[in-house]
Amino acid sequence: MKIVVPVKRTVDPNVKVRISQDGHSMDTRSLKMGMNPFCEIAVEEAIRLKEAGKASAVIVVTVGAAACEDILRHGLGMGADRAILIETELSLQPLAIAKLLKVVVDKEQPDLIISGKQSIDEDNNQTGQMLAALLGWPQGTFASKVELEPNRAMITREVDDGLERLALTLPAVVTTDLRLNQPRYLKLPNIMKAKKMPIERLLASESGIDLRSRLIVQQLAEPTKRSGCMKVQSVAELVNALHNVARVIG
Amino acid sequence: MSILIIAEHDNHTLSPSVLPTVTAARQLGQDISLLVAGYHCEAVAEASARIEGVSRVLVADAAHYQDGLAEELTPLVIQQVNETVRFVLAPSSTFGKNLMPRVAALLDVAQISDIVRIQSADTFVRPLYAGNVLATVQSHDPIKVMTIRTTAFEPAKLVTTAAEQIPVSATPMIGRSILLDRDRSKSDRPELTTARVVVSGGRGLGSAENFRLLEVLADKLGAAIGASRAAVDAGFISNDHQVGQTGKVVAPELYIAIGISGAIQHLAGMKDSKVIVAINKDPDAPIFEMADYGLVADLFQALPELTKALDTLNS
Ligand SMILES: Cc1cc2nc3c(=O)[nH]c(=O)nc-3n(C[C@H](O)[C@H](O)[C@H](O)COP(=O)(O)OP(=O)(O)OC[C@H]3O[C@@H](n4cnc5c(N)ncnc54)[C@H](O)[C@@H]3O)c2cc1C
Ligand SMILES: Nc1ncnc2c1ncn2[C@@H]1O[C@H](COP(=O)(O)O)[C@@H](O)[C@H]1O
Repeated sequence: MKIVVPVKRTVDPNVKVRISQDGHSMDTRSLKMGMNPFCEIAVEEAIRLKEAGKASAVIVVTVGAAACEDILRHGLGMGADRAILIETELSLQPLAIAKLLKVVVDKEQPDLIISGKQSIDEDNNQTGQMLAALLGWPQGTFASKVELEPNRAMITREVDDGLERLALTLPAVVTTDLRLNQPRYLKLPNIMKAKKMPIERLLASESGIDLRSRLIVQQLAEPTKRSGCMKVQSVAELVNALHNVARVIG
Repeated sequence: MSILIIAEHDNHTLSPSVLPTVTAARQLGQDISLLVAGYHCEAVAEASARIEGVSRVLVADAAHYQDGLAEELTPLVIQQVNETVRFVLAPSSTFGKNLMPRVAALLDVAQISDIVRIQSADTFVRPLYAGNVLATVQSHDPIKVMTIRTTAFEPAKLVTTAAEQIPVSATPMIGRSILLDRDRSKSDRPELTTARVVVSGGRGLGSAENFRLLEVLADKLGAAIGASRAAVDAGFISNDHQVGQTGKVVAPELYIAIGISGAIQHLAGMKDSKVIVAINKDPDAPIFEMADYGLVADLFQALPELTKALDTLNS
């Protein structure tokens, strides 16, 4: 059983981002970048399935600029067998990314795709579902548990009113939620080994896919700031403020 | 030019998330169809027909629509997108997020997530980077498939005159994904995303038992209970209580954060609340930058005191 894991390069979740002077893009120069946390969970899950003898090969794939090689090497260091870079300097949107990922999936014929549920920069929460749609495969989104059987995947999903368990006929797409697993730290020998492994490359521009943006960002703005915090000294003072000033209780 | 909204429901009751979605739709146009796909879902169709602004309710009743599976609903939605449909909307709930990208991909259009403002028929505002940035985006697609952030729009009103219901034929069953079971968390408290007051707890609560202190307070206030990711990860409370970038977004009149540090991922889910209160023993906790009222205190002291003070206020 082969597993394909699409991964995205994003800013580190702990850094504060700023809007560029032009007001149309984010100033991510000199910010710490890395693998999107949900993608890291996806890679971890695939590796665990391989370690458990349920999968034979794990392929990490990313669509992005040459700089994205670092997250592919991170995936290799975690234990992925192969890495594919679909190279483009364009900043692509989920539909185009899903179409490019489909090119790899058509070629590799995996039984399972595990993607993140959401990229923490654009917060789209779309690519996995779009890829499943284009392939005509079932989808188990927001997974907190994945169990593989020979022909199906049993998925526990985190939904708004609790948990849901699905049986998906393979091949299928799964997207990861936070509680699926805790990704491993890379060991130095694995980092060194991953540095020497090959990265397979494709050019997005040669795929024949229409990569034009459907959504044009006209403006980026910061949300309005809140008015500031009034520190109260006691519970009594707090209750008084909420009751008599803010008038939200009592 | 018409609008198609996909109704979220459990075959018995219409989800409150549909009401703000209708309000968003009314800012786009007048001809609004609400698609109710389910199994024995007459009560839902009935309730849908009484939402102000809904022109008609399309009802698809079949066993394979019972569980709201995206694989089964997608062909039906696509079938309902005729030449006049220019917008397809759903709430930005786990239901909408699961379904709408699938629909958009097959219509070969972008999906626009989590819209908080409608500027014009092709220009919308949505948050990025955990709500640190608001992006104004213009869509060049002929059909706009979008999910609506329900806290950003007022719920549509209910009216007494019902819109017409039109049965639509079901699409064939796909059958490649099957719901085995559902573990719905039950509670007598108000629903988190629509509650007037939310009391949220974080890692500072220390244990599932201590989370009970929060429940006592919530009951006094008629509040829903929220939690940080750390509290959910630690097993203090179930996942459906997580507030944040990757959990639920809430915007109540009063949000009380207790033992929560205020990471950006948490703030993303609550910073549009009207009044924010933070109780934390660390005076430098970032949550205070977002709060209107801050109390630097040990929560194990402050919580019982607060509960008692509310008793006094109520009597
Ligand atoms: C990809 C990603 C997605 C995420 N999504 C979310 C999300 O959706 N929602 C979310 O909440 N987080 C999310 N997080 C996690 C987030 O970054 C923080 O780790 C989390 O919010 C911290 O939770 P906390 O404030 O409860 O815990 P901590 O940061 O540990 O804070 C605990 C606080 O409790 C206070 N405290 C301790 N004891 C007491 C006491 N006795 N009395 C008073 N105060 C006390 C401490 O001073 C501290 O400020 C996400 C992270 C990542 C990487
Ligand atoms: N550029 C990309 N290359 C590869 N995979 C991606 C890319 N963008 C998104 N994905 C995958 O889709 C998931 C959801 O991303 P998004 O739809 O952007 O929120 C990510 O966690 C990745 O698994």
